[in-house]
Amino acid sequence: MAPTIPLLILAIPLTMFLVLGLLGPKMSHKFAGWLGVCGMGTTLVLAYYTAFTYFFSGSTDFIAGADRLQYIVFNQDWLQFYDKLVIRLGFLLDPISALMLVVITTISFCVHLYSLGYMEGEKGFQRYYAFLQLFSFSMLGLVVATNIFQMYIFWELVGASSYLLIGFYYTRHSAVAASKKAFIVTRFADLGFLIGILILSYYTGTFNFTDLTSAPAAGGLAYQINEVTAFGAFSSFEGATFMGCSLFSLALILIFMGGMGKSAMMPLHIWLPDAMEGPTPVSALIHAATMVVAGVYLVARLFPLYILDDCTALTFITVVGAITAFYAAVVACTQVDIKRVLAFSTISQIAFMMVALGVARPDIHDGMGYMAGMFHMFTHAMFKALLFLGAGALIHAVHSNDYTAMGGLRKYMPITHITFLIGCLAIAGIPPFSGFFSKDEILTAAYQNHFFWGAWMSMVAALTAFYMFRLYYRIFWWNEPDYSSHHHHPHDAPWVMTLPLVFLALVSCVAGFIPFGEFVTWNGEPYHIHLDMGVAIPSVVIAVCAIALATVMYKKENPLPDKVAAATGGLWTAAYHRFYWDEIYMFVTHKIIFNLICRPIAWFDRHIIDGSMDGMAWVAQRLSISIRPLQSGNVQYYVWVYLAGVLLLGAAAAVCILL
Amino acid sequence: MEIMFAIVALAIIIFSVLTVTTRKILRAATYLLFTLFATAAIYFMMDYEFLGGVQIAVYAGGIVVLFVFSILLTSKPGENSEKLASRRRGAGLIAAVATAAVAGWALVSRCCSFLGAKPEMEFYTMKQLGTDMLSTSRGGYMLPFEAISVLLLACIIGGVVVARRR
Amino acid sequence: MEIKLLYFLIPSLIMFCCGVYGFLTRKNMIAILISLELMLNSVDINFVVFNRYLYPQAQEGMFFTLFAIAIAAAETALAIAIIINLYRATQNVDVCDANKLKG
Repeated sequence: MAPTIPLLILAIPLTMFLVLGLLGPKMSHKFAGWLGVCGMGTTLVLAYYTAFTYFFSGSTDFIAGADRLQYIVFNQDWLQFYDKLVIRLGFLLDPISALMLVVITTISFCVHLYSLGYMEGEKGFQRYYAFLQLFSFSMLGLVVATNIFQMYIFWELVGASSYLLIGFYYTRHSAVAASKKAFIVTRFADLGFLIGILILSYYTGTFNFTDLTSAPAAGGLAYQINEVTAFGAFSSFEGATFMGCSLFSLALILIFMGGMGKSAMMPLHIWLPDAMEGPTPVSALIHAATMVVAGVYLVARLFPLYILDDCTALTFITVVGAITAFYAAVVACTQVDIKRVLAFSTISQIAFMMVALGVARPDIHDGMGYMAGMFHMFTHAMFKALLFLGAGALIHAVHSNDYTAMGGLRKYMPITHITFLIGCLAIAGIPPFSGFFSKDEILTAAYQNHFFWGAWMSMVAALTAFYMFRLYYRIFWWNEPDYSSHHHHPHDAPWVMTLPLVFLALVSCVAGFIPFGEFVTWNGEPYHIHLDMGVAIPSVVIAVCAIALATVMYKKENPLPDKVAAATGGLWTAAYHRFYWDEIYMFVTHKIIFNLICRPIAWFDRHIIDGSMDGMAWVAQRLSISIRPLQSGNVQYYVWVYLAGVLLLGAAAAVCILL
Repeated sequence: MEIMFAIVALAIIIFSVLTVTTRKILRAATYLLFTLFATAAIYFMMDYEFLGGVQIAVYAGGIVVLFVFSILLTSKPGENSEKLASRRRGAGLIAAVATAAVAGWALVSRCCSFLGAKPEMEFYTMKQLGTDMLSTSRGGYMLPFEAISVLLLACIIGGVVVARRR
Repeated sequence: MEIKLLYFLIPSLIMFCCGVYGFLTRKNMIAILISLELMLNSVDINFVVFNRYLYPQAQEGMFFTLFAIAIAAAETALAIAIIINLYRATQNVDVCDANKLKG
């Protein structure tokens, strides 16, 4: 495959970023917006073409027999420290990167188009589009990275551009705080990521994904036989331990920590709900569909390494994912701000994918969990973007984020209503919508790993259905607040906003029927999906029950929700306050770190470090004042001193000679 | 020749002492001129005609004239410098004598071995001098020559800048 | 009587000491400069005499003196420019008054 098109996929968003960023202020809003949309549209077409070529061309570059291969389109030396340590920038095509190309460009294009309507008339419209392009560029660069260091570079770029987008309304204090929070928390996680990268590459001697992952992948059930097969690259890990834990596991867990930050896993999830301060389309793009799945993508990318390790890291991932999924689902049941509900729902769903990866083992259904996680990543991106964009349309119409200001909107906004309902059904796991299929795969994989995980995730799935329909009913049913205070009744958004909704809704309807296992599996061998009725039927029943419960509670205005809240008492309040995670962080950072550590250090700096510097300056000053008269400006005095020195030397020489 | 040398040496000693002891600054400049002439005479005795010429032209002709000009510019006619404080004069004298003692002792003790007649020297023609001055080979002085020319240029510019009326 | 090397050096030494004395005792800057010239001259004499007596086949001492004269001329010109400038400012050429730059 010629590198032109892949290169263009990366170059167009970057160019657009530069053009819009530098020349934006000179453009009209309309022109800048459409320019961004056209640029993204071109990228979309090229990405679709690339993915299509990869999956369907049947070229021997991409497929051997039935197995899909990793193919490096180009790999350019970027930074050569010495002949062994080279950092390259390249373009790697394999099932998941091709999948992500499609997902990112699709969502990004929808968001671009949608923003034309949503952001209309906003100050900094061109800047907004420039940042969107930068974000798309970094995300695309991340998924096609050929080596872990390129991934890290783009990973940080993604973080930076998300910082810019969250803080788009930089005049608003809360937005600034949220963007800082997001940046700092993810940076903190990236520290672990970087250390993990360094440990891994120190022992393996390579950054390249193909080198890192091909050895285990080629071995089939690699993690079972790695005891006898001495992998050249991994043998150096042999026996390397740190604090009783195998260093290899540690490296993988540290790398996963980077993913925890980006994917908002507990306990680093706190930034994501706050990140809703950004414009809603940004939430759809970054905090639902693309950036937050970067952590999942990272684990998926290094999955062959994770299974090499004795599943310590995978178990860790499973546990973190399961706890996060449950926690976020519970919190989502109590939130009032619709974007926050969706944010917690996102956290929960990302955790679903993490669990899917965590429970995947090559010997259980050929690593089906991996496929399920990727499948869910794909479907979730579509329906969650749909939900966010729908929420954006609602906020656009009602001018409030709280569902208490909504209700009965189905009459006024039919398109939004239908699409939002499809999104809710998809995420709740009702067939035939896409979420059902992917979630079913995840549950199957979880049950096959251990019954406990399966049951746990089923419970989370039930909660998901409940809170989504709670949200749905509160927005579109319940009772109608007084809209007459608005200067017009809420109505459907313009076509640039509804078109993406409709498109994504259609995708959410049909995406489940894609034979996903044929395309994306952990080792490239196709996997035939078949519905496990033993899992599918109970989970549908559970979802339906949860929806029914939500219907009873929230369809019509009634006192039941308040009663439930009162009955559960402390739990409800705690969930409403997100189990006080922010407060805990505040306590830890302000009270403990600031007061106990930073203050003494600051005192030490101010008094000891500065004091010693001041002392040195003081001594020098005193000394200079005392010797200043020597520099009298009187030339003859200087000559006197000089002459005295010369004569003394001469006399000394004379004495020496005489003696 | 010996008589000649005696006269020159005597002139040098006398006029040097007068230069630094006279209280009239213009006279000091004049005695300096005589000292310089005597020095030029030594150069002639050493068979360096060109050097002697330069000594007269540059020192006697240039520098002393400069001194005279500046003296006339900066002092009123008939003005004597005030009498030196005896402490100051004593200190100066001690310094001078000490210098003379140390250097003289070194001279007498180290240079006795060089006591000898003036050796014969091939006459150093102007042509040779000019060639050596502008030659870049061994024994040539092209680089210092150019450096001096740059120095003189800098000196001209510096003099103009410093003495310019602001 | 043979004129020996030492005979040339003694007047030169006396000249130098006169320079030292003048430099240290005089207050008039031009007088100080004159003393400086005396010292320079005595050094020049030494160069030439040593060259002539000890290394008659070489010309280094002569050239050194030549360059020293040129440099002395430059130095004097510049020093006098400074002195005249100073004179404009303070209306005298006393070295004790030129101490405004002291620390």
